Amino acid sequence: MSLPLVVLLPFLGAIAAPLFAQGGRTAIAIASSVPALIALAALYPHWPVLADGGVVRFHQDWLPAIGIAVSFRLDGLSLLFALLILVIGLLIILYARYYLKPKENVAKFYALLLCFKGAMLGIVMSGNLLLMLVFWELTSLVSFLLISFWTHKQDARRGARMALAVTGGGGLALLAGILLIGRMVGSYELDDVLAAGELIQGHALYPIALTLVLLGAFTKSAQFPFHFWLPHAMQAPTPVSAYLHSATMVKAGVFLMARLYPVLAGTEQWFYMVSFTGMATLLLGAYVAMFKHDLKGLLAHSTVSHLGLITLLFGMGTQLAAVAAVFHVINHATFKASLFMAAGIIDHETGTRDMRRINGLWRYMPHTATLAMVAASSMAGVPLLNGFLSKEMFFAESLALNLPGLWAWLPPIVATLAGIFAVAYSARFIHDVFFNGKPVDLPIYPPHEPPRYMKIPVEILVFACVMVGMFPAVSIGPLLYAAASATLGGDVPEYHLAVVHGFNLPLLMSFVAFFGGLLMYSQRQRFFDFHARFREIDEKAVFEAVVSRVSSVAHSLTGRIENGSLQRYLLLLLISVIAVTLAPLLDLGLFIGERGLSPVDAPTAIAAAVMILASVLTAVLHRERFYALTLLSVVGLIVALAFARFSAPDLAMTQLSVEVVTIVLLMLALYYMPSWTPLESRRSQRVRDVAIALLAGVGMTLVTLAMLTQPFSSISDFFLENSKPGGGGTNVVNVILVDFRGFDTLGEITVLAIAALGIYAMLKDTALTPPPGDGLGHPWTRDAHPLMLKQIARPMLPLALLVSVFIFLRGHNLPGGGFIAGLITSVALILQYIASGMVWTQARIAVKYHNVIGVGLVFAVIAGAGSLAFGYPFLTSTFGYITWPVVGTFEVASAMVFDLGVYLTVIGATLLALVSIGRLSPHSAIKPKREGT
Amino acid sequence: MELVFALIIGTLTASGVYLLLRARTFPVVVGLTLISYAVNLFLFATGRLSTGAQPVIGSADTYADPLPQALVLTAIVIGFAMTAFVVVLSLRNLADNEDDHVDGHQGSRIPQPKSEEVPRQ
Repeated sequence: MSLPLVVLLPFLGAIAAPLFAQGGRTAIAIASSVPALIALAALYPHWPVLADGGVVRFHQDWLPAIGIAVSFRLDGLSLLFALLILVIGLLIILYARYYLKPKENVAKFYALLLCFKGAMLGIVMSGNLLLMLVFWELTSLVSFLLISFWTHKQDARRGARMALAVTGGGGLALLAGILLIGRMVGSYELDDVLAAGELIQGHALYPIALTLVLLGAFTKSAQFPFHFWLPHAMQAPTPVSAYLHSATMVKAGVFLMARLYPVLAGTEQWFYMVSFTGMATLLLGAYVAMFKHDLKGLLAHSTVSHLGLITLLFGMGTQLAAVAAVFHVINHATFKASLFMAAGIIDHETGTRDMRRINGLWRYMPHTATLAMVAASSMAGVPLLNGFLSKEMFFAESLALNLPGLWAWLPPIVATLAGIFAVAYSARFIHDVFFNGKPVDLPIYPPHEPPRYMKIPVEILVFACVMVGMFPAVSIGPLLYAAASATLGGDVPEYHLAVVHGFNLPLLMSFVAFFGGLLMYSQRQRFFDFHARFREIDEKAVFEAVVSRVSSVAHSLTGRIENGSLQRYLLLLLISVIAVTLAPLLDLGLFIGERGLSPVDAPTAIAAAVMILASVLTAVLHRERFYALTLLSVVGLIVALAFARFSAPDLAMTQLSVEVVTIVLLMLALYYMPSWTPLESRRSQRVRDVAIALLAGVGMTLVTLAMLTQPFSSISDFFLENSKPGGGGTNVVNVILVDFRGFDTLGEITVLAIAALGIYAMLKDTALTPPPGDGLGHPWTRDAHPLMLKQIARPMLPLALLVSVFIFLRGHNLPGGGFIAGLITSVALILQYIASGMVWTQARIAVKYHNVIGVGLVFAVIAGAGSLAFGYPFLTSTFGYITWPVVGTFEVASAMVFDLGVYLTVIGATLLALVSIGRLSPHSAIKPKREGT
Repeated sequence: MELVFALIIGTLTASGVYLLLRARTFPVVVGLTLISYAVNLFLFATGRLSTGAQPVIGSADTYADPLPQALVLTAIVIGFAMTAFVVVLSLRNLADNEDDHVDGHQGSRIPQPKSEEVPRQ
């Protein structure tokens, strides 16, 4: 249980810490330290198991169907990284307390820092690859926020964007890689994956999976050619640079390589991709670092170079190289974090990071200078410091690589060359900053030592450098062994942690590097002149140019496809529908099936002919909108007849009442609109549209014909059999609606309600003045509410309501039900609006239709939830029989309550929609209706 | 019978599609309504055509497939809601743009000029 706690605590801390911001920086720093301290205490008991190469696990299924689990796994490697994250995190918290200014948003800083810590712990301790990826992406996101912490700086925002684009993009590649691995192994659990190394390496997709995973690792760990984001991330506050961009986040890629080392490494592909990338990064970073005038820029490129070194070690593929890589992870984290902190102190105390201006600081801050010089020496690989040990192992491994022919020289030469550069830039860091004359034009003068406590984190890290450098076997031996054994999957090769191994070739390389570096530094002016001859590529400008190029291409592409013309979208949509469906439909074979055709009777044929004619005329005469509408209503009525003819009485009744409401609605809309459509399209356009329409029509005809003549089997037998015994009703359609498929119906009336509310919202503050006449020179009739209509409509209301109640009540057993009854009631009410006008009717209907909708939905939900009270699933219905005197025995079903909800929702939605439109006109009180003309 | 039914659906679709491609909101709404008729009839037809077989237990010897009927019943009502929504959308468009062209202001955002024929107004 302690494993999820360790990961979760920082996140809880991120929520809690800002509460202490009121108490000042010290309070929040102390509060922020608590999660790490508890986590360290929680991890401590596991040490004996881990030291022997054991593994601690926590597993909780989450979505077992797709292999996602909340699974944590702690072994030596995760412990090593967890310790780096927690301990350096604590030091950073202390350091940031003094680095940040009181007026800065300290709460945000610490909250983000803790989020980051949690995400990072999640990466190293996840026992499930997908879970790890979630934390992986989380570090990219939090890193984005931390780099852009000073949001007012444009460079910070750009740097953050670049980091996010590169690492986030890499994360996507990693996701694909992980999915592939999961597919090969059949599990995303790390234990299963680690056990399936041979399976994966033998798989045909291995090269692709490897490439994708490495893309993720290389982007995160700033490997060439993705290294450019790291130097630009230096716009972050220095504690962030020290923590994220030297000790932890950039190590996540390296961690991934170590984690999957037993699975992915050992093949040629791995060797070439990883070692050459590492070599290129190692050299490039070291070379560029020498020419940076910015203190943090130098350190950033040096970090790139060291990450390349670690990558190269992993790429070599030998077991000893992997041990050296893990060792260098520790060493680099300690000396680089302390150097960043020292750089931050210098920046803090002098106001600049330009090495051409900060010179001779030894005199002003000897204490800081000593610390920085020791750390920089470690970076250069000076003996008795930890950097020397791992670099020595690196040199030895570069010699041990068995490359064919002259290629065998390449790794040692690259290693020595990089060593020379490393010594040169370390020398520059020491000499330029602390000696080399006097400071030039410092913003803060004279500089002095920082607050006492700000130096403590640096002191601790530098102390670690020295301890590891002098007594490696005692200080780091056990932890390194545990981590190496976890990396290699058990068998650790013989290696010897000692300060001096006697005089051998690696030591000679160290000497060459050391003196070569010093020589290079002394001749630096020549190199600077040489370097100045090349035009420096500003990665940021290139990146921004690429981004803006991509986005402008995307813009123009989008603009070309999505040009704002609905006509065009519909055209493209229809063409694609036809194009996409054509081939599969032809494959199916559109012909008359086995059932054959049944004979046609005369009334049906006549009705069909009228309907076809009306439908065609609707299209032909569409420019005269009133005619089109009239013809449309003919079509709608015959659709209702068709339902009646083909044994669907419920549908016929629904269609009939919906038809009335639809036509009223369209009439109402037409009142505000022009009553004709101008001829705008070219002849060729119309011919094209007719062709598309005919294609669609012929297609639908053939599909329908083929379908209708095919034999089929339906699941409806179940409904027919169970309607009466199970649902208590004989009208199977209604029982399906309110019982078998009640949940669907609940969804549907909800959609209805949303549509009505949407209509209301859309028209709420809109006013539309109707044209004064029908547009053809005829004014509206002045008799807005004709007497005859008024007089007939009023007595109709109670009759119609009675009918609707009847239809509602019988719905469970005979055609009818909530939908139809609701529509009939709506039609009856709408008639009152038409006949007597908005004001008159509204004054007599005391309810708001919103509330009717709401009550309806509540009824439906209560009817459904009622069954929960009796321990049945949602929307289970029950029924019984009640005997009343006079009336006799009749049936009561709980589904009736549900149907009542449907009924009310339909009324509310229909009337809300129509009344909203009716109210549009500013003088709706005397609004004439065309129905009356 | 099947042929007649298929022809009806085909004609409704063709008329609807043609109207859908017009440039003004009202014909588009009418076209949409025609298409929804066609779709409803088509869905209904998945239960095949039968005469005098209403799915009310005890009222006939054989029963038509009740499932497509139940689906179509709600489809009709929701189809109405959507028609109403689109109508209101076009009214709002009219109110905001003082024009009932489907693209908002006619020609304002359309790159290629389409106004060979100026509206009659």
